[in-house]
Amino acid sequence: MSYYCGSYPIVEKKAIAADIYSYVIHCPEIAAEAKIGQFVQIKAEGYTLRRPVSICGTDKKNGTIRLVFEVRGKGTDTISRLNAGELMDIIAPLGNGFTVPAAKQGRIIVVGGGIGTPPLLDIAKLYGENCTAILGFRSFDRVILDKDYAAAGARVIVCTDDGSAGEKGNVSVPLANELAKGDVAAVYACGPIPMLKVIVEQTKKAGVFCEVSLEQRMGCGVGACVVCACTVIRDGKQQVLRVCKDGPVFNAEEVVL
Amino acid sequence: MSFTPDISVSVCGVNFKNPVIAASGIYGFGEDYTDLYPLSELGGISCKGTTLNPKDGNIPPRIAETPSGILNSVGLQNPGVDRFIEHYIPMLEKQDTVVIANIAGASVEDYEQTARKLDSTSVDMIELNISCPNVKQGGATWGVTCAGAQSVTKAVRAATKKPVIVKLTPNVTDITEIARAVEAEGADAVSLINTLLGMRIDIRTRRPVLHNNVGGLSGPAVFPVAVRMVWQVSNAVKIPVIGMGGIASAEDAIEMMMAGASAVQIGTAIFGDPYVPVKVCEGMKKFCFENNIEKISDIVGTVKPW
Repeated sequence: MSYYCGSYPIVEKKAIAADIYSYVIHCPEIAAEAKIGQFVQIKAEGYTLRRPVSICGTDKKNGTIRLVFEVRGKGTDTISRLNAGELMDIIAPLGNGFTVPAAKQGRIIVVGGGIGTPPLLDIAKLYGENCTAILGFRSFDRVILDKDYAAAGARVIVCTDDGSAGEKGNVSVPLANELAKGDVAAVYACGPIPMLKVIVEQTKKAGVFCEVSLEQRMGCGVGACVVCACTVIRDGKQQVLRVCKDGPVFNAEEVVL
Repeated sequence: MSFTPDISVSVCGVNFKNPVIAASGIYGFGEDYTDLYPLSELGGISCKGTTLNPKDGNIPPRIAETPSGILNSVGLQNPGVDRFIEHYIPMLEKQDTVVIANIAGASVEDYEQTARKLDSTSVDMIELNISCPNVKQGGATWGVTCAGAQSVTKAVRAATKKPVIVKLTPNVTDITEIARAVEAEGADAVSLINTLLGMRIDIRTRRPVLHNNVGGLSGPAVFPVAVRMVWQVSNAVKIPVIGMGGIASAEDAIEMMMAGASAVQIGTAIFGDPYVPVKVCEGMKKFCFENNIEKISDIVGTVKPW
């Protein structure tokens, strides 16, 4: 497992929802190594810190990765002004990624909340119709990637807080319904901490394997500076690990949210 | 006429192949950046601040972007000196770079015992962090008074034969007083500056952006403060000064050396560009070549004040 740092050409840029952009970057050596759930650190010109963004799909044949991120502040706004044909300065692939069995073992569920939906897309591509994607958003204008999940063959359940698209309410209701069917082999989730807390409780109760991908303010992104701390209970002992290198994906049984 | 500029430097009798040292805290113990280039590209590495016992550090968020810099409050998370000796030193001693152990403590005895444990290892130098602003009694309390700085320096001096560098805090009225005080107690060098104490508040939540409320400011924002303090301290003491604080380019490093630094440490800039240390060395060679300087050490302290 190794990572690279360099400037790579942007081959495609799309605005896919309010303040949310999708980029495809041509970076063959990164695409060759990238695993589902890993992330990149993007340089925002004029800013001191890079901005961590999850990888939303890898095309190993064409040597590209896709990045989907939301403009949250000035740094991400600066990055979002980059256009196709220009170069994006990234460090990648970083982090551990999801534990996704290559063989299709039963049915799996991915649960994405808001900008937490992108890193789970390649799991849906791998599992196709054996994947149920529960995607939660604030409102209809924030809904992203639902068609990509459907195109991957997954059964898609969209929820919005205000009911302006899909089911009204949060992802825990459809997740409870799916878990009740008793045939779920694993749950993979990414989204806001309150959402992840509920999912961790639900999967623990159901006795289903679950991994969550975390977000935290980061420094280096490669494991050196220990800025992005996360607490886990491992072998009965509390440990402080790094979201960037020991994560961003953690086992639901271990992670303290 | 052609020549190859010599960018090696010597600090306290320790030879550095170049004057660029990775600053403590940014670079961990070195292993996380070797995907990009070997540690042998660095003149040296100042390892993550290490304490007698392991520390979990502060509750996140621990970092925030600020104009031309960052605020951090990691809180000295580290595996403890025993793990450092057992796990990291065997790896570091094979890297062909100068290894500086950076130590911190909550009591004089902590510093003394940590230094004593390191005395029998292969580390080349020991840097005393008496200036961490992020931990109660984690260093800064020692570094802000002459008496505190002296007590730690004296205890560590007695505990080790290795060259001792004392890392100074800028959060004092007169940094030269502290520098002179630690020189008098046998410090072999001083390094400066550690971070400047700062704070940011999220105006929507009215919460400080760091969970620790306050943290250390670093990056280009502090560079002019660092140059000024390095200049003042190098004029006040006879021991070598290692300069740091916001260096992001070869020009910055050269400026810091002209202010009086025998070597430099680079930290925050590595977040934006991990290759900065390598680029600084290349830029230094180019500067020497273009200005007919045979040895980079010839520029140390050569600022011509008005």
